[in-house]
Amino acid sequence: MSLRVIVTALMLLGLVLHAGQGWAAPHTPLTVEALSPLEDPDQRARYERLIREIRCLVCQNEPIADSNAPLARDLRREIRERIEGGSTDREIIEFLTARYGDFVLYRPPFSPRTWLLWFAPGLLLLGGGWVFWRVLSSRADKPLDDEDEWSEDPEPAEDTPR
Amino acid sequence: MWRYLAVPALFIVLLAFFLVGLFRDPTLVPSPLINQPAPQFELPQLLEPQRTLALSDLATGEPVLLNVWATWCVGCRQEHGMLVDIARSGEIPIFGLNWKDDRVAALRWLERLGDPYVAVAVDEDGRVAIDWGVYGSPETFLLDGAGIIRFKHIGPIDQLVWEREFRPRIAQLRQGES
Repeated sequence: MSLRVIVTALMLLGLVLHAGQGWAAPHTPLTVEALSPLEDPDQRARYERLIREIRCLVCQNEPIADSNAPLARDLRREIRERIEGGSTDREIIEFLTARYGDFVLYRPPFSPRTWLLWFAPGLLLLGGGWVFWRVLSSRADKPLDDEDEWSEDPEPAEDTPR
Repeated sequence: MWRYLAVPALFIVLLAFFLVGLFRDPTLVPSPLINQPAPQFELPQLLEPQRTLALSDLATGEPVLLNVWATWCVGCRQEHGMLVDIARSGEIPIFGLNWKDDRVAALRWLERLGDPYVAVAVDEDGRVAIDWGVYGSPETFLLDGAGIIRFKHIGPIDQLVWEREFRPRIAQLRQGES
């Protein structure tokens, strides 16, 4: 039993560490090979952040930062040129969503259409919490010595000869 | 009583969501450009590079198709015969947008397989395609006579797609305009 707890804890720890690593690892933009990095550090940071926010529509589970699809390359170029041209992040995102829809954004905008999406986790948590609380409080109403269900199926007495 | 129904009810609702999701193609992304004026463009033509093709050439007062294709695209090869048939029947003019392609290969393709296009614009660096929200060829836009995008089909056109998706919409557009 205790071994199982230890193994589970180790696995969870590994998972957390791994996930943390994934997040913290500096992104090496292998895919922007052909382009020299933006000189202005602010612009560069904006570029690096934006290309992680935009979904590659060819290979839908990758941001355009990681994708080698020709379309992703074109979109990176587009974003880069717009940053250099002085567009704000908002303008760039509007440009892309006007053409490809909200689906290009990994973080969908908060609008009546996406309320369910944004609120569902909270609602589920509240609902689950409510059920949990109901179950607990209904148990609490019962006296502690309510052992009927155990006595229905009694374990063999310990003094039974084997 | 309701507490015994709640769980199965939840389950059935969830199942309905999953069932619907199961039969939807996640690679189809609806275009926000439907019923919007088509984005402007002016690009050199494939057959006569010294001439250009612009959006104004497409807004002829009649519905037209704009087919996004490339020689590296397998689906384009699949639908090409169908496009040639449509062009031959004279049902609707088809314009082409040759997307990120090799010029020589594109010319050879049309020579070998037939040229269904009134004219083909060459989008070598893919900028116009981005403006049109293209993410995978073949894509075929249906424009009305005023140059407004009325419909977009993603994927190859076959007989079924043509009869179900295009013909009724084209007929509807023609009715509205006459």
